[in-house]
Amino acid sequence: MTLDEVLASLFPSGHQVERGPSGTLHGTAKIDGQGDVTVVGIVGGTPLGVDGAILLAGHVLAAVESGGRARIVVLVDTASQNMARRDELLGLNEYLAHLAKSLALASAHGHRIVSVLFGHAAAGAFIAAALSSQSLVALPGAEPSVMDLPSISRVTKLPLEQLKELAKTTPIFAPGIEPLFAIGAVTETWTADQPFASRLATLLRQPVATSDLRDRIGLERKGRLLAHKIAERVAAEAAAHA
Amino acid sequence: MSNLLQPHEADWYEASARERVAGLLDPKSFVEFVGPEQRAMSPHLAQFDLTGAFDDGIVVGRGRLDRQEVFVAAQEGRFMGGAFGEVHGAKLLGLLRAARDGAGRGGPRAVLLLLDTGGVRLQEANAGELAISEIINAIAQVRSAGIPVLGLVGGRAGAFGGGGIITACCSRIVVSKHARVSVSGPEVIETNKGVEEFDSKDRALVWRVCGARTRYLTGGADCYVKGSIQDFREAAIALMAHAPPFELATLTAEQQRLAERLERFGDCRDAPEIWRKAGLPQPERIAEITDDAFLAIQRPTGADHDAR
Repeated sequence: MTLDEVLASLFPSGHQVERGPSGTLHGTAKIDGQGDVTVVGIVGGTPLGVDGAILLAGHVLAAVESGGRARIVVLVDTASQNMARRDELLGLNEYLAHLAKSLALASAHGHRIVSVLFGHAAAGAFIAAALSSQSLVALPGAEPSVMDLPSISRVTKLPLEQLKELAKTTPIFAPGIEPLFAIGAVTETWTADQPFASRLATLLRQPVATSDLRDRIGLERKGRLLAHKIAERVAAEAAAHA
Repeated sequence: MSNLLQPHEADWYEASARERVAGLLDPKSFVEFVGPEQRAMSPHLAQFDLTGAFDDGIVVGRGRLDRQEVFVAAQEGRFMGGAFGEVHGAKLLGLLRAARDGAGRGGPRAVLLLLDTGGVRLQEANAGELAISEIINAIAQVRSAGIPVLGLVGGRAGAFGGGGIITACCSRIVVSKHARVSVSGPEVIETNKGVEEFDSKDRALVWRVCGARTRYLTGGADCYVKGSIQDFREAAIALMAHAPPFELATLTAEQQRLAERLERFGDCRDAPEIWRKAGLPQPERIAEITDDAFLAIQRPTGADHDAR
């Protein structure tokens, strides 16, 4: 889907969303029965670098500062983090962390935040732009990944064909909506025949999540069997030693 | 590590995760959670014909630092490059949640993260990536509860990928001269963008772009130490006392700090260009001088801050 199609289908009651530098988006949109929501985004397949991350974080912090607890929709069609010497020299880790922290702060201040992925998102950009909200929706055509299979093949020294076979039996490493849904990273997967606007409105009406349930969801979906149990076991031993 | 050295005298870079924990904390105060005897191992490595570790490459527990209760997590950079897998990440997540839940009820005074990681473990990439996001969330919650989270970096694997992002989510960051902190590793950039963009074999260049001195001088780290475990211990004790709160004012200040860095240095391609613009003496030599000479340099305006 193109950005215009995504905007039209999510916000049929109207929006004022404008493109900014470095592939960023910013504006507001109307959601029936809920008033205006803040829209931010990184689109056009633009890798997320220092310039984009600082702009997005600024928009998020401005929403927190205005005090209205506006709901926030993050539109994502990026790539990986910008792979460049300049960005690393300038401390890209701080810029991506700053964006993730800004979204976490907005959650703590009572903003309901939903990311909508309609293109690529990989590695550090996937963490900072897509996974740092409270819910992540994958639209048709979404291509979330940590790393592509050829790169995994290069690092693990396993033939690509063998990796493709393995990926059929486990969601633990392969790219795509299905495995990332199974482990609890993707909250909902929407298909083209569904009314996006009403689904978004429903999701935005949910209460602000005060705890991160993705380890539980991954267990329920049988995609990530150990994470929740291990985290609980560590916490139980910590409480026992208090 | 030589048997003649006491734990805290040993070099952080050479030490194992367990040796770092033993030397960092007050003697014999460490209690491990879900220790290796429980064999909480990765179930995913066997299908890649890899041998697991009984602790999945991370040690978590509690102990005392200068007689104060702390939680501690230490990654073992010599196992799978310290990378985040499902179990590895979940151990850290559980520790952070316990710290948050213990706030105000006899919980830890601080959480110490001894990062030594190449990022996500690709054999379990999805679980590792999601664990990093969960850990970032949990760090924000621990900090919101008033408990500082200190990141200590100086191991073989550095802090790359999501490990670099986690580092910058900490309240305070200590680096030793060996530390490298980045998102994309030099090899990854060279593979994707070519050797003209980043020659990963040029070790001096890698240190200038990703290394501890650049991070410290630009404000990406709060404290630079020479590298013994004792150095890290003293730095952690000092930093634990004053950590920035996780609140709007802190992040607004960080927004301004990072925006100013882009304005001042955004067109630089190598560290000496930054030092020249910052007015530091002998910018070409900063990467080579001794630690004592380096520590005598006055950091550029804004590098010493609470905006994190």
